[in-house]
Amino acid sequence: MLKVESISKTFHANTVNEVRALHDVCLTIEDGSFTGIIGTNGSGKSTLLNAVAGTFMPDAGSIHLAGHNITGWPEYKRASLVGRVFQDPFAGTAPDMSIAENVAIAMKRGQHRSLQFAVTRTFRDDVADRVRTLKMGLEDRLDNPIGTLSGGQRQALTLLMATWTRPKLLLLDEHTAALDPKSAAKVAELTKIIIEREKLTALMVTHSMQQAVELPDRIIMMHRGTIVEDYQQERKQRVRVPDLMATFDRVQKRELFDESVAGMLEVQYC
Amino acid sequence: MSLIIGAFTMGLILSLLSLGMFISFRMIRFTDITVDGSITLGASISAVMIVQGYSPWLAVSVSILGGALAGAITGILYTRFKIQEILSGILMMTALYSINLRVMGKSNIPLLDVTTISTGMEGILAKMTGSASKVDILGWQVPVGDLAVFATSGIIAILIACILCAFLFTHAGTALRAAGSNPQMVRAQGVNNKTMIVFGLSMANGLVALAGSLLAQYQGFADVQMGIGMMVWGLASIIIGEALVGKTSIGLTLTGVILGTILFRLLIAIALRWGLNPNDLKLVTALFVFAALVAPAWIGKMSKKVKGGFLHAES
Repeated sequence: MLKVESISKTFHANTVNEVRALHDVCLTIEDGSFTGIIGTNGSGKSTLLNAVAGTFMPDAGSIHLAGHNITGWPEYKRASLVGRVFQDPFAGTAPDMSIAENVAIAMKRGQHRSLQFAVTRTFRDDVADRVRTLKMGLEDRLDNPIGTLSGGQRQALTLLMATWTRPKLLLLDEHTAALDPKSAAKVAELTKIIIEREKLTALMVTHSMQQAVELPDRIIMMHRGTIVEDYQQERKQRVRVPDLMATFDRVQKRELFDESVAGMLEVQYC
Repeated sequence: MSLIIGAFTMGLILSLLSLGMFISFRMIRFTDITVDGSITLGASISAVMIVQGYSPWLAVSVSILGGALAGAITGILYTRFKIQEILSGILMMTALYSINLRVMGKSNIPLLDVTTISTGMEGILAKMTGSASKVDILGWQVPVGDLAVFATSGIIAILIACILCAFLFTHAGTALRAAGSNPQMVRAQGVNNKTMIVFGLSMANGLVALAGSLLAQYQGFADVQMGIGMMVWGLASIIIGEALVGKTSIGLTLTGVILGTILFRLLIAIALRWGLNPNDLKLVTALFVFAALVAPAWIGKMSKKVKGGFLHAES
């Protein structure tokens, strides 16, 4: 279970570029649930994900995962519990190293790395078996540098690597956004299959309303660093893309109104 | 012949420098200037210990540790104190200049008529040849002493290259390579990439100091100035090696690095023989590395221009 308790983060505090990326965010994710986060650009959805991944330390609040207080853990230490797939399809793999070697690195995620050879024959067969399930024909190219593969292939492999040893939490950061439509659909399909098969707990940031409606079983909408909507269970079952769009409009209109009122008051009283 | 044997021996010794720099420059991709100081550190520690009568093997081991420590400090300056990588190296290199003077007590220590690591080999060769002072190889008379140094440094270089190659394919070694290739990825896979940088630099400078130790024993002195320009020499050797064999596999590249260093020393020996002023050597090397760094992009641009012109003419 992931428990995020009132975390806040302000970037460039006390400067003109000050950004309140997260403001008092609370979120609990039960084991085995698949949650999607949607929101406009700058709403803090990726920041929330990065806070859980440990890319930065929050200004306030705490994060608990699988019974550990991971608030102060550095990024590499959290990797023992967390598997990640990035938006950039090139971010999750080492380009000069072979497919098998990349998977070998992922196999030891969060474990001691010994002086034994990384790619043994049995391990190679194991990799071939699981890479075959991706249906991309990569099982014959295990010794090729991963940099020679396409973005979609690399993203599918990153997904496989992130789930090679079962993570307590899988973080997906707009992982289909930078792919061509066909690859994006393929990776989205793989995501669903793997999460359902392994019964993983997952948190996915997405910019695609369609994906948010189709893949996860809970949708969280963020705006200006706070959670403004939370569709769960039956409400999630019923929600469709136009509903989400309408909610977006409502949230944004409310804000426009707030700002114009504030402007009027300023003219009058200051 | 003694010129060729000399160039080969020098090349084998300095290939340890190149192998070390291969780890820092190519594996963890850190432009490490500590090299100029740590090669002298290896030489000075060994010279002092050998003169004082310690076993040369012990002296070599302490030299490696000294170099490893220097490399680790550069790594810590970079990772812990967030100093730029070039500046971290420069700081450590500058500090090492004084440290080397302290270790030696003076700027130059001669090593004449002392037991070196090739003494044992010399004994073996002497037995094999029946205590002759020179051996006949393909019609040339080669002193047994030179042959012993050549054999010893050859064995050490090949052994180290094999160990290094094997290491790079272990779990720890793949993590080290990935840390240089994609730091974001290794963090997400639970590897502290900063630790890997410190570890890699420490390993690299340990090898560089080993080269310094052997170099001092071979040339018969340790000098506080001997490290100047070594980094560029090492880089030139790596570039030649990569040009020779390509970068398709690690084992091949490591072989290439050794061959590249030897070839580089041969080229220098020939150039000096043809009357190149030794004072100009470092300028020539620097120009060579400049050309090797710029040429690929330049050639690429040229070929694109040619192709573009062709297409234009066609339309």
